[in-house]
Amino acid sequence: MTGTIDPTVINLVVFVLAVFVGYHVIWNVTPALHTPLMSVTNAISSVIIVGAILAAGPYETDFGAILGAVAVGLAAVNVFGGFLVTQRMLEMFRKKAPKAEKEKA
Amino acid sequence: MSANQLALWYLVASVLFVLALKGLSSPVAARRGNLFGMIGMAIAVLVTLAITKKVAFILVAAAIGGMIGAFVARRVQMTQMPQLVAAMHSLVGMAAVLIAIAVVNNPGAFGEHDPLPRGNRLELFIGSFVGAITFSGSVIAFGKLAGLGKMFRLFSSAPVVYKGQHLLNLILAIVMIGFGLAFFLAEGKAWMPFSVMLAIAFLLGVLIIIPIGGADMPVVISMLNSYSGWAAAGIGFSLNNSMLIIAGSLVGSSGAILSYIMCKAMNRSFISVIMGGFGAAEGAAAAGSGDKTVRSGSAEDAAFLLANAESVVIVPGYGLAVARAQHAVKEMAQKLIAKGVNVRYAIHPVAGRMPGHMNVLLAEAEVPYDQVFEMEDINGELGTTDVALVLGANDVVNPLAHEKGSAIYGMPIIEAHKARTVLVNKRSMAAGYAGLDNPLFYMDKTMMVFGDAKKVVEDMVKALE
Repeated sequence: MTGTIDPTVINLVVFVLAVFVGYHVIWNVTPALHTPLMSVTNAISSVIIVGAILAAGPYETDFGAILGAVAVGLAAVNVFGGFLVTQRMLEMFRKKAPKAEKEKA
Repeated sequence: MSANQLALWYLVASVLFVLALKGLSSPVAARRGNLFGMIGMAIAVLVTLAITKKVAFILVAAAIGGMIGAFVARRVQMTQMPQLVAAMHSLVGMAAVLIAIAVVNNPGAFGEHDPLPRGNRLELFIGSFVGAITFSGSVIAFGKLAGLGKMFRLFSSAPVVYKGQHLLNLILAIVMIGFGLAFFLAEGKAWMPFSVMLAIAFLLGVLIIIPIGGADMPVVISMLNSYSGWAAAGIGFSLNNSMLIIAGSLVGSSGAILSYIMCKAMNRSFISVIMGGFGAAEGAAAAGSGDKTVRSGSAEDAAFLLANAESVVIVPGYGLAVARAQHAVKEMAQKLIAKGVNVRYAIHPVAGRMPGHMNVLLAEAEVPYDQVFEMEDINGELGTTDVALVLGANDVVNPLAHEKGSAIYGMPIIEAHKARTVLVNKRSMAAGYAGLDNPLFYMDKTMMVFGDAKKVVEDMVKALE
């Protein structure tokens, strides 16, 4: 056994472990919140914006950089849209405590 | 910032993403979880911006997208969530494709060797074709969910089927992989095989979604959710970015689990959903019901039964949301609770158009979530329930699911037929998605209340006063 580990192998290790974590975490999500789960996973997968930022980043604004900027824009729609719509939905699941008491009275 | 520091910040963001998903185990923890997700995203974006040169250029692009996203998030109606989610999947897919093209164009910008090493090219090929399929597939799913079938035939919610469909898809997939391998093995930038591969992937995305009918849409959006995650993970592999791999895998496994849950709730195998064609030509199935009699009553009769019950279980279906009757239902439930009736809601996993959709629709109408029960949790109690009130649901309460040989045999249902009295509101006697007749409607203890759900429930509310 000699030599350094290929980055692809490290990537694979990270990938397999992350799938395991995902599997166990997601089965614990209550079915009532599956729609917010989908919108928040949408927002999280938009972390691809990091790749888009790198693509848009180099000094010379060539064809690749423009595509990168477009990708930044598309992913940003999801980052903001995803987290905000999730928050909006989760607010609806808040217990309306004061109102409920009024009705009892 | 050194590469090590960057990687550590990415690790922090990854942990925050896991916590965001973990929070969704309860409505209270979920809001904090969402905040963790936002912080994670902010960290990821800020540290990446810190290592780029053209911050202003990038911020302009992000601001335009961000404003659109924030505007849509504020305005979208909860009934439109499935379309919104489909549209968002398509954006992730497209972003993955654009990034992949940018990597082929200039690997140096990503700290990669130029030309791109072979190993990274394999991953790039996988990430970009999954991204392309996610994009075009989600566009079709969006069209189907938004009901744009009249504008464009491919958006029709009826399955688009033709002879040799699956063979064509298989051949295209093989050709696509062939060009992908050519890209992998080629020297230099190899634009030709890369772009042909992408073009076929875009086409395939369209072709694999068009044969899938409206009823299977909950599976399709979950599946595309999964694909969008795998696309992000694929890009993460080709950029050697652990955070992208982690986030992508979390999303990918989430979508896969949701697809599994939806398939199980409809008693359909994943393969048969993918093959499509379900719900195409089954209009004749409801025939032969002419000799059976249905007992129908008015909203006032129904209200009388409800008011005199001790326990009521409301079974909402998507028809309720179409009629925008959620608020009226909640008002009716409150009136009943005030009279001392125990009111609960029973939710089938496919009651809405996407996983958990009905829960959100009820939450929007301010139905307290502790009155809302999942199918498995409430089925055992329907036998001791006085009245089951079925509103705009059909297949999910069809007792044929318990009979061997029926088309929906084995599908888990809400056992409304076990309640002492069953009230069913429907617009007409038309069959549901599965095209099956429903024996529940002909039972002696069943009373049908025909009419628009909103109108009927509002009449019930009036009668309860």
